[in-house]
Amino acid sequence: MNGRTRFWNPYAAGFALGLVLLASFVLTGRGLGASGTFKHIGAEIVHEADPTYAEDNLNIASYFASPGRHSLNDWIVWLSFGAALGGAAAVLSARRFKVETIHGPRITRESRWILAVAGGVISGFAAQIARGCTSGQALTGGAQLALGSWVFMFSVFGGAYAFAWIVRKEWI
Amino acid sequence: MDGPLSQFLKLGYSTEMLLSIFVGMGFGFALERAGFGRSDNLAAIFYGRDFRVLRVMFTAIVTAMLGLYFLDLFRVLPISSIGLLDTYLWAQLVGGLLFGVGFIVGGWCPGTSIVGVVSGKVDAALFVGGLVVGSTLFTLGFESFQGLQNAGARGRVLLHDLFRVPSGVAVFGVTLFAVGAFWAVGRIQEAVVRRYGPMPTLAQEDGGARAPASGPAVPAAEGGRLS
Repeated sequence: MNGRTRFWNPYAAGFALGLVLLASFVLTGRGLGASGTFKHIGAEIVHEADPTYAEDNLNIASYFASPGRHSLNDWIVWLSFGAALGGAAAVLSARRFKVETIHGPRITRESRWILAVAGGVISGFAAQIARGCTSGQALTGGAQLALGSWVFMFSVFGGAYAFAWIVRKEWI
Repeated sequence: MDGPLSQFLKLGYSTEMLLSIFVGMGFGFALERAGFGRSDNLAAIFYGRDFRVLRVMFTAIVTAMLGLYFLDLFRVLPISSIGLLDTYLWAQLVGGLLFGVGFIVGGWCPGTSIVGVVSGKVDAALFVGGLVVGSTLFTLGFESFQGLQNAGARGRVLLHDLFRVPSGVAVFGVTLFAVGAFWAVGRIQEAVVRRYGPMPTLAQEDGGARAPASGPAVPAAEGGRLS
């Protein structure tokens, strides 16, 4: 074990995650989320490059609508900031922090890097179409019993299982 | 209480943002302890090697769902007072399929990639960069993609509305479904691992770092590489 804390039993971890989600509903009326943060960061970059364009783009215009408030001062960005803090506390206290790239035995580290970027681009784009990701749609809407979120969740599993064979060398 | 605490207590904007940080801290901590700071723990489900992702997700959903609907039943927090997600059938079907492809190609989803970055995973940082590019591409082409994002708009549809049953029946049905899924994936995982062995990189972690008395599950030469 090298003095490291083991991962939790998945049901125990799921129960903890469920309590966090429930607490979020009770405290603020919102669930969890993450993809919105990356949309906000992208929007801020676009705004830096061309403020007029960003303020006219209907996808992100609302971020720049309140003059006294920075576009990144939004609940989802703060939630992601908290997730980084909480994740760091967990990984450091478990003595698990390690700079590395995990990949299967049949692929190079560099190819894994390229696929990581490509997967990020696809996911970032897809989360915009679906209006959320695994946390903002599947967990949040799943617990609410929202139909669209369940459609999203099954589609995610469908898409990933369908594509897994193609990228099998990346992992196994 | 007739709504979430922030409304009930009329909390200010900064207090609400502070609450979001605290919720986020719990979120990140739980994800890391679930093992989701490692991409192989996330990818393993798609090769039948380890169904940790499904177990954690479904347990979380059922836990929060039971809490939400009991709070609704006892009129502590009416379900209609929280931010219920609207349904956009085609958008969520197409977006979900594409998101699934991004998940297995990239090895992360947005939430877990944050935990991956603070765990020191280089691929997580690259995935995050990709996320910013991908969502910005959507923003830049918004006029063309807006139609897809709104496709199949149905407004607020909860599962019990769809099946025309009381909410309790839907809650019970989803719980049963989750328990059935836990049982089924246990059988699948057992069969796959018996035939093909465990996830290579995870077997190396087990065999190397933990050094069980029975010896490593997979010889080092066949184990995955960590670089």
